[in-house]
Amino acid sequence: MSGVEGESPRSFPDGRPEEEQPAWIRDFPTDIPDDDYVARREFTKFLVLTSGGFAAGQCWIGLKSLGEETGPLPPKEIAPLDEVPVGGVVEFRYPNDDVPCLLIRLAEDRLVAYAQQCTHLSCAVVPDLDQGLLRCPCHHGYFEVDEGRAVAGPPRRPLPRITLEVRDGTIHATGLERRTT
Amino acid sequence: MNSRFSLNRRQRRTIIDGINLLVIVLVILQLWLLTATMNAFLGGDSTVVWPAAIASLVCLGLNVGLLRYVFLLQRSRR
Repeated sequence: MSGVEGESPRSFPDGRPEEEQPAWIRDFPTDIPDDDYVARREFTKFLVLTSGGFAAGQCWIGLKSLGEETGPLPPKEIAPLDEVPVGGVVEFRYPNDDVPCLLIRLAEDRLVAYAQQCTHLSCAVVPDLDQGLLRCPCHHGYFEVDEGRAVAGPPRRPLPRITLEVRDGTIHATGLERRTT
Repeated sequence: MNSRFSLNRRQRRTIIDGINLLVIVLVILQLWLLTATMNAFLGGDSTVVWPAAIASLVCLGLNVGLLRYVFLLQRSRR
């Protein structure tokens, strides 16, 4: 553990020579700069391992994007228009049974629908129409009901919007629009 | 390559510190790429996914190259 030829053999954190060090330090068989050097090297290895983890995560997202379904979603009947009063809310699932959604009638001629899962950690949001908000009770995230945009709390992305169509007096969901802003 | 064998401990340590700094910067860049890509992907935008993955792999390649240099330094001191 002593130094390489041509270099100082041992140095200590307090800078004093070896003969002035206490016996327990002199007896301790660790070359302190060498130990320091090894720690830095190990740190570099750990960082590169982390870098590999990030690159693997990035590739995982890429592979997930390849498996995504593209193309238009099939339309789904939600409710007859005249059964949804102004200020009324209807729960439905779209495009499959795993995705709960909310249809809200804001005015006589204005319908909106959003996926109900909060974009923070997927808790179900609940409507608070008096305030014009959709509220996530888990971490107090808030979305405005007009556009589904996040206005407060941890979520940053807006709620996925469900596109709607009224055909023959019945409201249909026709697509799911994920958004970043 | 011969100059590497004449480096003393202090010089080697400075080089290791410099390499660590570069690796840290690259890892932070990768972290930013990962969070930005995840946000875009969850928001339905898949166009950035593969370019970001390639950029992250390039960063990993640079990091591996720097780590290899660290091992070369280590070997040279024996």
